[in-house]
Amino acid sequence: MKTRHKRLFLVLGVVAGVSVATALVLNAFRDNLTFFITPSEVMAKSEFPERRFRIGGLVEDGSVDRDPNSTRVTFEVTDTRKNVPVTYEGILPDLFREGQGVVVEGRINSEGVFEADNVMARHDEDYMPAEAQEAIERAGHPEDEVGDYY
Amino acid sequence: MLGELGNFALILAFCLAIIQSILPLVGTATGDARLMNAGRSLAVGQFVFLLFSYVLLTWAFITNDFSIRYVAANSAEALPLVYKITGVWGGHEGSMLFWVLTLSAWTLAVAIFSRSLPREMLARVLAVLGMVGVGFMAFTIFTSNPFERLFPIPTDGTDLNPLLQDPGMIIHPPLLFIGYTGLAVAFAFAIAALIGGRLDAAWARWSRPWTTAAWGFLTLGIGLGSWWAYYELGWGGWWFWDPVENASLLPWLTATALIHSLAVTEKRGGFKVWTVMLAIVSFALTVLGGFIVRSGVITSVHAFATDPDRGVFLLGLLAIILLGSLALYAWRAPKVGLGGAFGWYSRESLLLANNVLLVVACAAVLIGTLYPLAVDALNLGKISVGPPYFDAVFMPLMLPLLFLIGVGPVVSWKQSDPMETVRQLRWILLVSALIGGLWPLTMGAWNPLTAFGLGLVAWILLTAAVDLYRRFQRRRQQGVGKALQAALRPSFFGMHLAHAGLALVVMAIAMVNTYEVERDVRLEPGETATAGGYEFRMIDSDTVRGPNFDARQATVEVIRDGEVIDVLHPQLRFYDSQPQMPMHQASLNRGMTRDVYVSLGDDLGGGAWTMRLYYKPYMFWMWTGCLLMAFGGFLAAGDRRYRMASATDRRQVSERDIDSHDNSIIGESPARSEGQT
Repeated sequence: MKTRHKRLFLVLGVVAGVSVATALVLNAFRDNLTFFITPSEVMAKSEFPERRFRIGGLVEDGSVDRDPNSTRVTFEVTDTRKNVPVTYEGILPDLFREGQGVVVEGRINSEGVFEADNVMARHDEDYMPAEAQEAIERAGHPEDEVGDYY
Repeated sequence: MLGELGNFALILAFCLAIIQSILPLVGTATGDARLMNAGRSLAVGQFVFLLFSYVLLTWAFITNDFSIRYVAANSAEALPLVYKITGVWGGHEGSMLFWVLTLSAWTLAVAIFSRSLPREMLARVLAVLGMVGVGFMAFTIFTSNPFERLFPIPTDGTDLNPLLQDPGMIIHPPLLFIGYTGLAVAFAFAIAALIGGRLDAAWARWSRPWTTAAWGFLTLGIGLGSWWAYYELGWGGWWFWDPVENASLLPWLTATALIHSLAVTEKRGGFKVWTVMLAIVSFALTVLGGFIVRSGVITSVHAFATDPDRGVFLLGLLAIILLGSLALYAWRAPKVGLGGAFGWYSRESLLLANNVLLVVACAAVLIGTLYPLAVDALNLGKISVGPPYFDAVFMPLMLPLLFLIGVGPVVSWKQSDPMETVRQLRWILLVSALIGGLWPLTMGAWNPLTAFGLGLVAWILLTAAVDLYRRFQRRRQQGVGKALQAALRPSFFGMHLAHAGLALVVMAIAMVNTYEVERDVRLEPGETATAGGYEFRMIDSDTVRGPNFDARQATVEVIRDGEVIDVLHPQLRFYDSQPQMPMHQASLNRGMTRDVYVSLGDDLGGGAWTMRLYYKPYMFWMWTGCLLMAFGGFLAAGDRRYRMASATDRRQVSERDIDSHDNSIIGESPARSEGQT
């Protein structure tokens, strides 16, 4: 093989490799992007996507109900306007509290209950999940008011 | 008073770094040997002042000097002494001081151990390291000064974040920082070579041990971080594709590519321009990692408190580094000739494939990490890219890479014959396939992907063993001693050790991903639950007092085949400083073939608790593999070969024109160039 051909061969190989990788990336992206929706937006919709999505907000005061005989927990996530009922099976994160920011990931079932497979709370004293804050802001509260919910 | 002294020492070190980045370069331009040599003294001075500054901050922690804001925010009277000492790097400001200290330690090491380097090269390397030091010290002094005073002085500090009060946290960040700053050395060598216009085999030989050592530290740091997350975060995961974890993985991937590409540059004079690019990119990625972690753009377990100024400063620093080095690159690189030609099937082409795979994997992780940030910054809404994305992209890229690990070392440089490789490796391939097919049967359900992964593990281990044996046999007639010496030559043996370490990590991943058992259960005293063939019986729960926390603690017996093998005490800790924020402390029983693991959940009243039970097969090998990889790296970095400038090197060094004789390296005797990547 001539040097020129060899180089062509190499370049083609690299281009082929990179294209395969790009295809992988795009494909994986399409399937795994998780969108974020606020409780008000959830309640305003009548149909829900098949894919998983995230809801952010505050855990409504007095809404947390633990099943004493299993690890099932139900609670409501609110952006101070609308509430979404959530159910979760498992152990909640350390800082899951009523009145505190939370982000849940999962799907809505046929009864309109959000079945979470992942619950994220803040992980230190002065931090609120960005998505929880965003939900409350989108519900029309100015940023400084958000602080009241800490 | 001592705080001011520490601050003063830091500022002095900053001034010395400024001088260090200018004088040696002036020296190389004017040919003034005294100015060129000044770099070494300045490096020593810089290190001494930074060490002094660091010791003073540590002293402030030990003596509870809460008039210093950073101490007040990261320590407390009741904090155990060991965490006072390690708390120095537990927060943003102190960790930056630690960062510049390690950078300066690397600079000092280069100044001390590079006596065989030509004077001008060393002067340039030290000057570039001085510039990097100036950037990071300016960042520390102007945006994150650890010696800032606090008034009024609080009576007690607010304590170190409880998550960081853990042995794993004592060593994880320092090792990672040492790895990051070590890549600055690789960067400095590349830039110095670009400035001097000498990109050749000698440059690659000098740069290799530093790069490999930095890579070893990075590997250890990432491994320990994973180990810490595994037991301390209490969720049983060892890698979460969290942006901050990705921030450390990105430079690791490019540094791994860099090590391999440097091998080609040293042995064959090839890939020069590409190698330089990798060195620049690796270093830039460490700065990008600093930005991701410290700017507050993401929220994660690792993120430091938010401060937009810091983000802007780091982004500016990143821009200067990239623009500066890429401009130099664009100006100098085209003048660098191509290296020795190589055939389509040769060790060079396989290492090229290695590089492409690693860099593409790095790009895919980078996209997944930055895309949500970019979308958010452009106000297009909030999205997140979850672990399935990374798994889906990363694995298909890593599988061919793992296969190539077995092939690369036995293929010769320049030109080789695929049929020859097939002849050499066909039996190993067959045995590996058998092992891969049968191994999963010892664990339970057979799964094709697991079998494939385990087959690759066997493939890497067997090819390494056979390669070592063949090398031994080849020198056999010269005596066993000589033959052993050849097979155990640090750079060669270290490579196989690192590859074997990776194989062990892959084995642990394949096993744990397929066969782990995780159960959330509700247990009351006397009740039993099973997970992965182990029974867990809850005995009782009570309250205990630690040095600076109260804890609810459950007692759980682990039972196998009717026998109690261990008693675990998972805790829910309430630290005095943050009583509103309980922390899970999981309790583990570790073993060679499996870990069992209990994490305490919520108190359901009446003595009942929710608990998470885990059965995690082969986790031991994940950490062992990381240690082995790093050890292999250190072994290779310590090979005397890199410290002895060969006659060829000296001849090259004495000439200053732009790389006109890179092919001279090909004149090496076949015995020397064989098998050493």
